[in-house]
Amino acid sequence: MATKILLDKINIPGIKSYDVYRQNGGYASVEKAIKSMTPDEITEEVKASGLRGRGGAGFPVGLKWSFIDKKSGKPRHLVCNADESEPGTFKDRYLMEHIPHLLIEGMITSSYALGANLSYIYIRGEYMWVFKILERAIKEAYAAGWLGKNILGSDYSLDLHVHCGAGAYICGEETALIESLEGKRGNPRIKPPFPAVSGLWSNPTVVNNVESIANVPWIVNNSGEAYSKIGLGRSAGTKLISASGHIRKPGVYEIEMGITVHEFINSDEYCGGMMDDRPIKALIPGGSSVPILPEHLIYKTANGEDRLMTYESLSDGGFETGSMLGSGGFIVYNDTACIVRNTWNFARFYAHESCGQCSPCREGTGWLEKILHRIETGNGTMEDIDLLWNIQSNIEGNTICPLGDAAAWPVAAAIRHFREEFEYHVLYPEKIKNRDHYVNEPFSTVKHLINK
Amino acid sequence: MEVKKYKQNINITPELQQRIDELISHYPADKRKSALLPVLHEVQDAHDNWLSAELMDKVAEILNITPIEVYEVVTFYTMYNQKPVGKYMFEFCLTSCCGIRGADDMMEYACEKLGVQPGETTPDGMFSVVGVQCLGACGYAPMMQLGDFYKEHLTREKIDKIIEDCKAGNVILHDK
Ligand SMILES: Cc1cc2nc3c(=O)[nH]c(=O)nc-3n(C[C@H](O)[C@H](O)[C@H](O)COP(=O)(O)O)c2cc1C
Ligand code: SF4
Ligand code: FES
Repeated sequence: MATKILLDKINIPGIKSYDVYRQNGGYASVEKAIKSMTPDEITEEVKASGLRGRGGAGFPVGLKWSFIDKKSGKPRHLVCNADESEPGTFKDRYLMEHIPHLLIEGMITSSYALGANLSYIYIRGEYMWVFKILERAIKEAYAAGWLGKNILGSDYSLDLHVHCGAGAYICGEETALIESLEGKRGNPRIKPPFPAVSGLWSNPTVVNNVESIANVPWIVNNSGEAYSKIGLGRSAGTKLISASGHIRKPGVYEIEMGITVHEFINSDEYCGGMMDDRPIKALIPGGSSVPILPEHLIYKTANGEDRLMTYESLSDGGFETGSMLGSGGFIVYNDTACIVRNTWNFARFYAHESCGQCSPCREGTGWLEKILHRIETGNGTMEDIDLLWNIQSNIEGNTICPLGDAAAWPVAAAIRHFREEFEYHVLYPEKIKNRDHYVNEPFSTVKHLINK
Repeated sequence: MEVKKYKQNINITPELQQRIDELISHYPADKRKSALLPVLHEVQDAHDNWLSAELMDKVAEILNITPIEVYEVVTFYTMYNQKPVGKYMFEFCLTSCCGIRGADDMMEYACEKLGVQPGETTPDGMFSVVGVQCLGACGYAPMMQLGDFYKEHLTREKIDKIIEDCKAGNVILHDK
């Protein structure tokens, strides 16, 4: 059996409840931390663990914690990012729904390390039933003395609450999330200042993903060094992967980083192979924002090495021939999927979710959506394909927050690897009229028409 | 453009007020505005799932902020409805992972059964159907949101059953 850190207790009946969670060793990290460790010692353990942020960017968690301004004497906050809106990603929800106390335990131990006395979990508004699960679990934790004043008789006090959003992908961006938590529109802030210096209500703030925080109890209980030995090199630990698309067993899986992509897709322990035994066509390994990989770059890198489930291997080859681990939103496409339609679908998402502050993003995402729609519905021209390339390259790097890049990258990768499919849409509009055009006639069976 | 005005009866019951006070207590006393998003959800749930200008003004009064601060927020976030919607709002996720597993077919089926187009409400005010973006259920596609809950792995039969249950009043919308 593969090593499990987050989901090892997930099958224990009643683990959702406080009593069962506690009987199975829950909250031990809080006891250990408060009774026998200083906040800085915990930060050092997290640094030593090599844990990297699980929200998408992969920034080292311990290092981020060490940036929090402890000198100014202002109140500090830990905010957990449970906005989870990156298409293809549904792992945080799984964790919070099935083992909510793990996140709460992680929030307490981590808040102690940061010297935060008031912390929040920011959850997307659509996860309303999970919001309620967390609210109830927090009440249980207060009643059992893990939250509130003088925890375990120490001089450390912590208040923890859940806050809900209301339907805006951009609120997953940490400064937009802070704005939203202040009761405002989710417009990202210009950085610097970084939240570690001026975040929630201008106080020093750390924002971390649910999964990042849920790893902290294990690290405190077992040491950072022990954690660093799990996984592969700089991809330490396990990773929750949200698997969806044309596979036999979609769902959330905890993997030890370092297994091959081939094993993840094809073994019965994980995705169970391709649905209906159809051939694989493309893979988005880390949520809709990361580049799509064509068939020949899924199981092997451009150098012919096995592609592994690690930060390094998935990005091997850069954007030319690689992608990113991102949020672990793993979307598998078989030969019935249309890359043009799919790229348009995501472009529509980004156009809808752009907050509108920067013109390259606001205008650019709108144009990408329009032009892609034109091509997908058989009204595009060859020049449109170049125009798409042009627009995406003018968004990237020219915006306040990375949403602009996130909208540009998928378009660039689709054209880079699947240009012929775009050309086919331009050349044979009557063949792509039906939205399921590749179901009866996969692209591989009509590809030859392009060169005629 | 024709601006239609809809009437809404505003009723902040003692239970609702109590819940609002609880939410406000989650933030420092001088940061009441932070409670705006959660409070709007509660107030909307208690008022047929939409927010009239009058209701927004009331929320501003409760939180001691200006009405414009509430309008700004309501117009930014997609979950707040600014006009009446069906009692049962079927929100189908149409993003890629659901799209490749039949989401559009499911939404079309629901529309056909209910006799509406996407974005419309049945004349009796019972049902609305809308297409939305990824709801974080990509592995359980196709799916839709109904009130506080998700209906996943949808099939035509499941949609039939959900509609029947709604008509019979057997569907719980909110977890209070
Ligand atoms: C447009 C956009 C959306 C994001 N959405 C999320 C999200 O839903 N959840 C998340 O944890 N991080 C999200 N992030 C990343 C956060 O800004 C931030 O880096 C992260 O929460 C930090 O936590 P970590 O270091 O533990 O990963 C998003 C970033 C951008 C630019
Ligand atoms: S890049 Fe887009 S989403 Fe980000 S701040 Fe600019 S307009 Fe808003
Ligand atoms: S794509 Fe439909 S829930 Fe994510």
